[in-house]
Amino acid sequence: MTGQAGPVAVSAEPALAVRGVERSFGHVRALRGISFTLGVGDSLAVFGPNGAGKTTLLRVLAGLLRPQRGEVLLGGVPQSRADAAHRREVGLIAHYSLLYDGLTAAENLDFYGRLYGVPDRPAAVARALEAVRLSDRAGDLVGTFSRGMVQRMAIARALLHEPRIVLLDEPFSGLDQRAAAALRDLLMHLRAERRTMVLVTHNLDEGLELATHVAIQVGGRFAECGPVDGDLAAYRSRYADATAVRG
Amino acid sequence: MGDLLRATWAIAAKDVLLEFRSRTAFVSALVFTALVLAIFNFARDPTAVSAIDLAPGILWITFTFAAMLGLNRAFALERENRALDGLLLSPASRTAIYLGKVLANLVFVGSVEAIALPLFALFFNVPVLPVLGPLVLVIALATLGFVAVGTLMSSMAVNTRLAELMLPVLLLPFLVPPVTSAVQITSRLFAGRPFSEVTAWLRLLVAYDIIFVAACVLFFEFTIEE
Repeated sequence: MTGQAGPVAVSAEPALAVRGVERSFGHVRALRGISFTLGVGDSLAVFGPNGAGKTTLLRVLAGLLRPQRGEVLLGGVPQSRADAAHRREVGLIAHYSLLYDGLTAAENLDFYGRLYGVPDRPAAVARALEAVRLSDRAGDLVGTFSRGMVQRMAIARALLHEPRIVLLDEPFSGLDQRAAAALRDLLMHLRAERRTMVLVTHNLDEGLELATHVAIQVGGRFAECGPVDGDLAAYRSRYADATAVRG
Repeated sequence: MGDLLRATWAIAAKDVLLEFRSRTAFVSALVFTALVLAIFNFARDPTAVSAIDLAPGILWITFTFAAMLGLNRAFALERENRALDGLLLSPASRTAIYLGKVLANLVFVGSVEAIALPLFALFFNVPVLPVLGPLVLVIALATLGFVAVGTLMSSMAVNTRLAELMLPVLLLPFLVPPVTSAVQITSRLFAGRPFSEVTAWLRLLVAYDIIFVAACVLFFEFTIEE
């Protein structure tokens, strides 16, 4: 399946549908008619070279950027940034931690827990810290954490409110092997819980391991989008071709 | 309404806690205030102009510029680790984000003013105590107005280069009505004039607050959305 002729139906039950989304920054067209549909429990890995528009796509899906054309539907309902209920359904692990260095790990999560109206906040914060193995650092300022620990905190923040749709932008960057393995387990767990995920990465191996569907994004378009067929070598070859031709 | 108040309170409490931890802007504002009052006190010629004539203007110049140090910091701390994205991703309404910031800024500016006012009375030997009630009312009304507008301008300036310079350029024209009103009222209070003389200026302050708080709540969303 290649090109952008129309929406790519990868599942019958749409948790997330993207229809002809376009976004430009000045004369740079970051997204050119991106379309896809994900069912509940589907996870899409988006591969692409630097500047392909992957992060812009995630920011549009998260509601941080307004598409200039096209629309994003969550559970069949057009995404409206005025709608708090929709924002509650999405969790974003971005390039940046979105955390406050001057607050402790627990205070950061407690703050976000308040904003999201998380019930039984102290227990939820404790669970989130435990999930990323930072319980022993709960009272330490995030500003004193290493890059990998900050990344783990960012993961805890994004998952604290148990979103149905999880968006991940290079989630493994900065993690050591042990932390990366723990994150892989956590994401597999989310997949088993039938959360819908969109994962942006350069790394084909880790992306294909976690994804049910895969897309190759080059120059703001999906050069390819469809279910994972398990042939890693073929993906490598097609990814190399797509980035060589269009990149 | 409950969600709005909860998010407003959470954002304000977070900002106050961050400032309490670092105290960077607060200490800077206090040092600035003390220096300005000291410089004006020693630079003026008491035989040429009496303190009672000069003091209201100096008081409000000091309050205005000290407040700007706090207003600059309001959104600068959200720039760190792109925390503003975290606020925008959350279910908190844009109004709650704005009101939370305004509330935290009011605490900041109010605290600076609470320390600056006795210093002012000390330096200029102005009879503050007899007019303390009306003076606090004027300070509260004027502070609400310029914090409301300043918070909006701070959200606009934060993503520009040289944000610290941009804020005064954007903000000062909007501060002419409340600061003029506040100076006029303060000078009449210090001169012992009857309260009825200042009601017109007081009405102007109240009108400014109502109009600009409402306008800033409406426009805030457009200043922070990409």
